[in-house]
Amino acid sequence: MKRTRIAYPYIFVWMPIFIVAPLIFVAYYTFFDKGHFTTEYITQVFSERTYLPTFWNSLWIALVTTAVCLLIGYPVSYLLANMKKNTAALVSMLFILPMWMNMLLRTLAWRILLNDGGIIATVLSWIGLGNVQLLYTPGAVVVATIYDFLPFMILPIYTVLSKLDKSQIEAARDLGANSVQTFMKVVLPLSMPGVISGITMVFVPAMSTFAVSGILGGKSVLMLGQIIEEKFKRGTFGIGSTLSLVLLILVLISMAIMRRVDKDNAAEGGTLW
Amino acid sequence: MKKYISAILAALFVVTMLPLALVGCANEKTLNILNWGDYLDKDVKNEFKKRTGITIKETNVTSNEDMLIKLEQEDCPFDLCTPSDYAIERLIKGGWLAEINYDNIPNIVNIDEYYRNLPFDPDNKYSVPYTWGVLGVLYNKTMVDEADLGSWDILWNEKYSGQIFMYDSIRDTMAVALGYCGYSINSTDPDELKAAADALIAQRPLVKAWCTDDIKDNMIDGTGALAVVYSGDAVWCTEPEEGNTDLDFFCPEGSNLYFDSMVIPKNSKKKDMAEQFINFLLEPEIAARNTEYIGYSTPNKEVIPLLGEDWENNHIFNIPHEELATLEIFRDLGDDIKLYEAEWDRVNIH
Repeated sequence: MKRTRIAYPYIFVWMPIFIVAPLIFVAYYTFFDKGHFTTEYITQVFSERTYLPTFWNSLWIALVTTAVCLLIGYPVSYLLANMKKNTAALVSMLFILPMWMNMLLRTLAWRILLNDGGIIATVLSWIGLGNVQLLYTPGAVVVATIYDFLPFMILPIYTVLSKLDKSQIEAARDLGANSVQTFMKVVLPLSMPGVISGITMVFVPAMSTFAVSGILGGKSVLMLGQIIEEKFKRGTFGIGSTLSLVLLILVLISMAIMRRVDKDNAAEGGTLW
Repeated sequence: MKKYISAILAALFVVTMLPLALVGCANEKTLNILNWGDYLDKDVKNEFKKRTGITIKETNVTSNEDMLIKLEQEDCPFDLCTPSDYAIERLIKGGWLAEINYDNIPNIVNIDEYYRNLPFDPDNKYSVPYTWGVLGVLYNKTMVDEADLGSWDILWNEKYSGQIFMYDSIRDTMAVALGYCGYSINSTDPDELKAAADALIAQRPLVKAWCTDDIKDNMIDGTGALAVVYSGDAVWCTEPEEGNTDLDFFCPEGSNLYFDSMVIPKNSKKKDMAEQFINFLLEPEIAARNTEYIGYSTPNKEVIPLLGEDWENNHIFNIPHEELATLEIFRDLGDDIKLYEAEWDRVNIH
């Protein structure tokens, strides 16, 4: 009797129903219209330029989000990893705390913060920046997306950094490396698996998100996910499925790139997932 | 140990699958209704249960397209639904609805003649009007000049740049633009649709945001001067207690008049029960209570006297029939909706 049997319900029931079947449906609706094979949707998505701007919007929002999360997340993780155990536990808890609340609620909170006459607008008006529209702008979408995904950047980096073998740092210092050199040549390369995980965990969901831009964007910036949502809501499954499939492929490509970068580092650190 | 684990897993599996199974086996004494959110008073449901022992089970959706997806199925589990005009027209064309037996609905006499035999269901064979309303402009009296009111032009007025909320919904917003350009809201002429979409694209810099439900909150908070809304929502927004009395509403000529009507899916096994419930909802007392809760205009002529003066004098709720003369009801466009889709994508992505 093997323990792997415990996984059977997942492998033979859950996965086929909730992962494989939906994928087959998406592929079916991409290539078939009322039972007939068609390339209409594929040509519509690729030949006409209508949907191109939404691809671009999703891409730049995901890239900016990932870059900012990395810029904020790495130093924070580094500080956390060098804190006393108890303090670090407390501070990292504060970062995780918002994740216990539903993402939609947090996004709705941003709507109140950013709205005309909200807290942020009031503070800005004190320094003479009244009448600035904050809500329903691309900026609002980017800020809230960063806020939503920051913990996904911090956690993997922090995990790697806190497990770092301190004796290697000491060795580097003993051998005459200054603190900048130690960081660049020892700490940073060793923490790359965490960075890669963080980037993947932020970039991929940010790329396909639609709720944040739906609530805070007011259509000022339309993301791919929103178009897909709208298409499915209106029952136009063909285009919706085709766009979903394209998004899936984009995600797979970015995962493959990450994997490749990760592999180059694997010799030094080992992968997280 | 392993036995326990598999038992637990099996139990978990059954529990997760249970809701799916429950959808199928409906209780004899329940009526499954597919309805909009906040569109049926709880007290009214309880009253019906008290009288007949029938429990009303409601499922809520947010769009006609959602309703259509659920209703255009052979194994549709619903017994009563409240879609809008053009969706009903499509359901009738597709043969998805059951003919209503008016012997079971004597209270149909309470429905004003004006709201019967409408173009989407000429003999009311399949539908009984539930609520109605018009598409128009909600405006803040403190921010808008009275001289600018009256037509869709106000939404293209640069004076109100950055203070306009548009309604993020394909047919309704295309109707606004078609009306602004002077065309029928049911137009399927590609040139007219293109002109309407171009008008919406030209309007984009003036628009603060395209939203759906947020519009109401934003207008009540006073963060916008103008918004495209349906009269039912306007009633709610202008209400003194929860709304904002600075707000008012007007309906431009040639705008949309809509009806949400009660229909019975053809495969419902409880048609008699559904008719019994429709009849119950048409009782003046019950209809009045329900109308007070929903806030949307009612086709029931016995209701307004019961609701009192405040409701009777509310020009957004009790719109005189003369004002409805130029309005149009949405028609089902069939495959021509694809023309709308293409233009709408162009507006969205611009």
